[in-house]
This record gives sequence, structure tokens and C-alpha cells, in this order.
Amino acid sequence: MLIFDRSRRGRAARAQWLPEAGESPVIPDHLLRKSRPSLPEVSELDVVRHYTRLSQQNYSIDTQFYPLGSCTMKYNPKVCHDLANLPEFLNTHPLALERAGQGTLACLYELQEMLREITGMAGVSLACAAGAQGEFAGVLMIRAYHGLRGDSARTEMLVPDAAHGTNPASASMGGFQVREVATGPDGNVDLAALAQAVGPQTAGIMLTNPSTLGVFDQHVQAIADVVHKAGGLLYYDGANLNAIAGKVRPGDMGFDVIHLNLHKTFSTPHGGGGPGAGPVGVNDKLLPYLPLPVVAKDGPRYRMLTEADRPHSIGHLVTFAGNVGVLLRAYVYIRMLGREGLRRVAEFSTLNANYLLKKLVEAGFEPAFPQRLAAHEFIITLKRLAKERHVTALDFAKRLLDYGVHAPTVYFPLLIPECFLIEPTETESKDTLDRFAEVMAAILKEAETDPDRLKSAPHSLSVRRLDEVRAARHPDLAYKAE
Amino acid sequence: MPFIPHTEDDVREMLATLGVPSIEALFGEIPAELYCGELELPPALKEMEIARLMRARAQQNRPLLCFAGAGAYEHYIPAAVWAVTGRGEFYSAYTPYQAEASQGTLQVLYEYQSMMAGLTAMDVSNASLYDGATSLAEAVLMAVRTNRKSHSRRILMPKTVHPFYRRVVETIVSSQALELIELPYDIETGCIDPASLETHSDTDVAALVIPQINFFGLLEAVDELTEWAAANGAIAIALVNPMALALLKPPGEWGKTGANIACGEGQPLGIPLSGGGPYFGFMCCRKAHLHQLPGRLVGRTVDAEGKRGFTLTLQAREQHIRRGRATSNICTNQGLMVTAATIYMALLGPEGLRRVALQCHRNTLSLMNGLAAVDGVERVFSGPFFHEAVYRTRKPAREIMDGLAEQGILAGYELARDYPELGEAILVCATETRTEEEIELYVRRVASLLEL
Repeated sequence: MLIFDRSRRGRAARAQWLPEAGESPVIPDHLLRKSRPSLPEVSELDVVRHYTRLSQQNYSIDTQFYPLGSCTMKYNPKVCHDLANLPEFLNTHPLALERAGQGTLACLYELQEMLREITGMAGVSLACAAGAQGEFAGVLMIRAYHGLRGDSARTEMLVPDAAHGTNPASASMGGFQVREVATGPDGNVDLAALAQAVGPQTAGIMLTNPSTLGVFDQHVQAIADVVHKAGGLLYYDGANLNAIAGKVRPGDMGFDVIHLNLHKTFSTPHGGGGPGAGPVGVNDKLLPYLPLPVVAKDGPRYRMLTEADRPHSIGHLVTFAGNVGVLLRAYVYIRMLGREGLRRVAEFSTLNANYLLKKLVEAGFEPAFPQRLAAHEFIITLKRLAKERHVTALDFAKRLLDYGVHAPTVYFPLLIPECFLIEPTETESKDTLDRFAEVMAAILKEAETDPDRLKSAPHSLSVRRLDEVRAARHPDLAYKAE
Repeated sequence: MPFIPHTEDDVREMLATLGVPSIEALFGEIPAELYCGELELPPALKEMEIARLMRARAQQNRPLLCFAGAGAYEHYIPAAVWAVTGRGEFYSAYTPYQAEASQGTLQVLYEYQSMMAGLTAMDVSNASLYDGATSLAEAVLMAVRTNRKSHSRRILMPKTVHPFYRRVVETIVSSQALELIELPYDIETGCIDPASLETHSDTDVAALVIPQINFFGLLEAVDELTEWAAANGAIAIALVNPMALALLKPPGEWGKTGANIACGEGQPLGIPLSGGGPYFGFMCCRKAHLHQLPGRLVGRTVDAEGKRGFTLTLQAREQHIRRGRATSNICTNQGLMVTAATIYMALLGPEGLRRVALQCHRNTLSLMNGLAAVDGVERVFSGPFFHEAVYRTRKPAREIMDGLAEQGILAGYELARDYPELGEAILVCATETRTEEEIELYVRRVASLLEL
């Protein structure tokens, strides 16, 4: 039932109505609204019950194992939420941050410094609202760097074919042509293909390491050499930093510019698809171009740098100072981990991934890269099942939902047919991993004996398999009163 | 180990299963020279310790009585909004890729899209963007893609659009060879003079941005501006405050045909000020432009048994399918913020929202009437306003800002940096949260500062 179906003319959450009495608006009649906006008319209890029930139709980290590869669905500590919501943080107007928000700025400044240390870069800006925006900022900085040197022939951005879709999208939004670089059979970038692709037209390369294939590219220094020698820059997509946090730093691998996803590695909530935060870091070469604002410390006071301080900055990417509430959560999280805790994130997410991979291989699943160690995530392929039993990765994923587990990422990376990208994260226990492996084995058996059970899954949720083709062919995107 | 559940036995058994001597061995593929050694980070804090630290930090913020708007507004947020939004099932879920296990989030987004389409009187809404400024940037890019009558890449951008929005649009479209043409305002009225558009009538323009309310809090001649756009083959982009739409004519009804795209900042709908974010941007459009709309979209469909359900749809527009040729690089939306906004709009309903908007308008009227009576203060523009207005004093604006801050009041936003032609001007806002006493206090403090 939609909230609109509960609406009754004249019903309302009257505790929220301000008194009617008072002057009429001093606004010309032709600029006033004549029609009532089509919002529901419901009581406060209607609202609370309706949305509470809707929440119960979600799988979430708080209620289910959520091994969604590339998304780092780890526990979001409640304390981070609580402390970011202290009223003094919540009630600070963005234009009063310097005047009345020194406590907030102190946290942001220290967060900048800690992220700089964790990534091995020379400077960090917290302004970007999400990972994709961080990528875009990185691309603009690369553009500004070449532009200011008068190096205008660099029109191409190299992107490995295994990359996240946002990489090529950000590169083209930043005005570059995208050139794909092939991946070798071992999951690493194909160095021969790279050598052929680079040239005087290369602006840079966007890399994720460990890559979206769940393996660490050992040749990253060689890649850096090839691209740097050609005059290009290296961009690091921080989506998989969880695998190496506290142990290996992108700056030491040779990257010039990076973005981080605080909602992944630093455990801020995913919120059903945002808000995220995508801080960017740069080495000395790109320092002048960092997006604004950047928080600076002048004696005992904090202030926001402006164009006057950073005349070559690529500028502003969001209205104000970025997703401050998200940044505060990440700050609390990092302070709680400290240096030891951060390294353990990498160690235990890697332990969990390799353990789960091993258990799944024992259960009869086929790894995409059997010769490789897993990073914090790994890929299995169900192509044999698809061929022999006509059961697809999608069918398998839907059946997992019946067992109370969120499905892994399916059909990504696009290179591996019928794949699952599985990321257990460090906050899951061995018991959870063992149970997941058992469920996977049980479904594999079902696929042999009763494949229709998978093809018609899910069976136990609030809805059965949804018709996505119909949704796209006959778009119904808003409720209309009958 | 915070948030890591492994016992020593667990680790031993897991390593035995893997047949490796240590966790370190699992990192064997990483070249040894890449290890960074001990990081210079502060030592770990226990929950009680970080709670103490953050409370001390919060105390270093100094809450001011807020009379500032300029793109972020203090509105009362009913307790139920975040009590429900903060539930772990919303808070700790991700983008609803597995529709059947995400019906809660998906239905909320569908209801949100419906409410926003209703509020703006447009056909469709996306599931949100980052914030107001990025929504305008995306609208400008979308307008160029969707305008079939013109191949122009020129956009008319009025100076009455929030200066922060204009700088973000500039950053985002800088690499796309678009030309932003600044449209001046009438110094008397503070609004775009529709007659000033005539100089652009014989040039090819892709889109016209129409802010309602404008940055000075004033009401633009939206009907005339929208009709100019329609007559000149330009896409009309409405930049609107959703709270004001409870009272003001919605973009879908502007002129004869309505605006083509409506976008703006969603923060007034139940989102705390929070130092500038997270907020959310919204974007609505007419059906004809649907396939150029950026961002997530949720559609209603049926399941295998014919039962109603919801799913992400028209994903062929998006980066994870189309990669380099997507409508935008945006991946997430601002799901949690939109959940709060949906609950806020459902709680307030059409009448409740209208009353909040009306009270904001009345409070600012009352503030400006009070200030007008003070010797040394003048209203800068004469036309009607919604809940923000500009005044000028005979003393430097900075002195007013500092003087009021000393007394615990955030006086507003100084306009001198972005609009030096206005002199010592301050943009001020009194939302429904300000009481009569607070408004009187503000006027008294300004008066006594001017007497000194």
C-alpha cells in the first residue's frame, strides 16, 4: 500500500500544523499556488507505521549478511551516528562554520590530515559529495595540470576494461576520450596492451588496486613508470582501499591523485544509496588544483581556504563544504581504530575473503582466478551452471535472498561471465562465513535437483521476481490519483 | 579489536583451512617494497573516550540564533522524521540493486518521486542528486542534451542565481565547452528584467535558468521568463525552493506551457543544517525529456504473480550500463536524506507545509518591517519576497555581522563579495522557527549598533 492510498481528505498530523491566524501573504496573486500539491493527508501514526513497515521490507547490514562486492558493506558503528548528531554539529549553519563551527572544523582538519597520512599524499580536500564526484574532481585536476603546462594534446584517459562504470563516465564528463586497456588472463593490466595505448595523447590512467577483479596488480610500479614516462598521470580509485588500509599507500605505489569512498573503507552508512563522501588526495604536482574548500589551521583557529589562497584550484563542486555529517562519522571511526585498528581492517577483510573463497571452492564453486590470492573480495563464475542447467547468476542471487542473505554483486565486472563478486568484510564472523558457504552449497545442490526453484526465486520475500522489462517499457514513475 | 569479531580460535582454524602460517602470508602477492610501515595516526580510542572528545568538540561550536538562509534554512524537524529514517534497515542498506530485498527503500523513493512531481507540478522526478548546486549543473547539461530545437551550447545564467551555485555550475560544465552567459538584474527591483532578454532573442540559446525565489529572496516574473524561453526555443530550467512551492505557483504551471526542468536544494524538507551537508538535490522534468534525466529512477511494476512492486528502471541512461556515454557519472543518490524528506512531506501534508511556508513569509515580513523603522537601515529592493530579503545599513555590514555575533546572533549573509554594487548589504532570513521576541531582539540589536 502506498502512503497515498492511506490518505483521507481532512486527516492530518495536526501537531505539525502551525496556527493559521495572521496576515495574508504579501505576494501578487498571479504568483501564488492555486492547486493543492498532491501530498498525502495522513495522521502521524499512519506515517510512523507506514514507513516502519517499509523499512522492514529491506535487507540491510543491521539485519542480514550483505556480501555485496565492491561496496564494502561492513558494520556502521552506532556511535558514529550518535556523535555526528550532537545538536551543536547539526545546528551549525554552513555559512557560520568559521565563526561558530570551530569544533566541526577541528574534526575536519584532523580528518584531512589522517587521510593524507593513510594514503601517502601531500594534500586532501574533503569537499566531494561521493566517490563519482571525487573521480570527476581528479579528472579535472589532471586536465588543469596538463592545461597549465600548455600540454593540450593530452585528450585521452586510459581506463582498464575491468573498471567501475563511473571511471569512464567521469573521464568523459571531464572532457576526455576514454581508451580501454585490456586485462590479462591473470587479472592484471595487460602491460603489452598498455604500452601500445600510451603516447603523447595520454592524459592519465584511472586504476583501482586491488582491482575490481579482487586481485592486487603486482605490476603497479611498472604501470606507473610507463604512464609517467609518457607524460601521463595516475589516478587511484579508492573503492578497494579496505584491502590495503594501513599497510600499503596509493602515494607509495606512484599515484598522483586519488579519491576515497568514506562509505566503504571508513564505514559511514550507505543509507539506501547515499549520502556518501568522496575526499580526494593529491601529491605535490597537483596540490594547487585541489577542489575547495580545504580546511586550514591558522594558529589556534581553523578557516576554509578560498580562491584567494588557491588561485589554480579547479573550484567548487558542491554548494557548501561537502557532506560534513558523513565526514564526522568517518572521523569518529578512524579515531576509534587508530593505527593498529586500521591495519587490522585490511588483514581481517583479506583473511575473511580468502577463507570464504576456499570454503566455496571446496563446495564446488569455480573461482575466476584460481592461481591468485584474493584481496578483500573475490569472484566466482557460475558459467558452467548456466550452460548445463540454464540457471543464471541472477537466479542464484535471487535464491540467496530466500535464505536471508543479501546477494553478492552480480554481472560485474563485465569481463567475467555469470559472476558473483563477493566481499565479506572484516566485521563478519567465521560463523557467518561458514553459514554462507553452507547456503551456497545447498543452493548449488538445488540447482542440480530442482533448477526451477532457483529460476522462480525469490519465494519468501514481500514480492516475487519483479518484471524489470515492464518497468522500463511502460515507465510508471509517480503515483497519480485515480 | 574494534568491530572485528574473530576469536583466536577462529583465526587459527581459518589459517589452517587456508594452509598458511599467518595472515601476513595472504599479502604475499604485494611487492615487499610497497609496505609503508607504522603510520603516524593517533592511538585507538574506546567508545567512551571518543564520546568525550566529540562532546568537547561540539562545545567548541557556538550555536548562534540563526537569521541566515542563503541556500540552507533552519526549519523545525518533527521528531518522527529521523526516528524512522534512522532505523538500521534504511540507514545500513545500499542502493536497491536486488529489488526484491529492497522494497522498503524502493517504495520510499517512488513515493518521494511522486511527492516531488506533485509539489513542482512536473511529470517525473528522479530519485535525487547531491545538492542544489549540482542539481543545477546537471540540469544545464541535461538541457543541452535534450534541446532538439537548438544545437547551441549557450546558457543564460541570471546573476540572481545563488553565487555558490553559479561557481559549481562553472566547475562542472567547464570541460564540456558550454558557454554560461551572465544575465544582469535590475538594480531597483533585484530581479531579471524580462525586457533585458530581448538582446538574446535573435541569438541561439540552449536554456534559460529561472530562479524562484531568487538569491535575494525576491519573486521573479516567472510566467514572462518561461514564455520567453518557449518562444525562443530555449529549455526553461526552474531553480526552486521546495518549501516555497507550498505557497508559490509551481514550475509546471509557469507561463502557458510550464518549465521544462525543475531542480533545486531539498534541504528545507526535514534535513538539518549540519554545517552544509549532507543535503540532497532534486530534479523533475516533463515526460518528453525523461530519457535525458540523470540519476536513479524507481518505477512501479509487477512481480511474477501480478503483485505490485518497485524496481530501479531506465538504467540504460546510467554509468554502470553505458559507462563513458552515460547521461552523468552519478552513481548514488542521497537515499537517506530523501527518506527523511519523504517522511517530512507525508507528516506535514499539503496544509501543514503551506502553513510552514506562510509562517516563514510572515516572520521575514515582520523582521523587514521592524528593520525599516530603524534609523540608518533601508530595504534594498522594493518587490515582493518570500522568506529572505536584503537590507543595507549606514555602517559596514561586517560590523553588523560581528556585533550581532557577539550577542549570539547570526545576522545573515554579507553580499559585498558577490554583489559589491549593493553596498553594505545583508541577506537575512526568518523562518518559522524564529519567535516574535527573537525578531524584535534582532531589530533592537541592529538599532543599538547603529546608534553607537
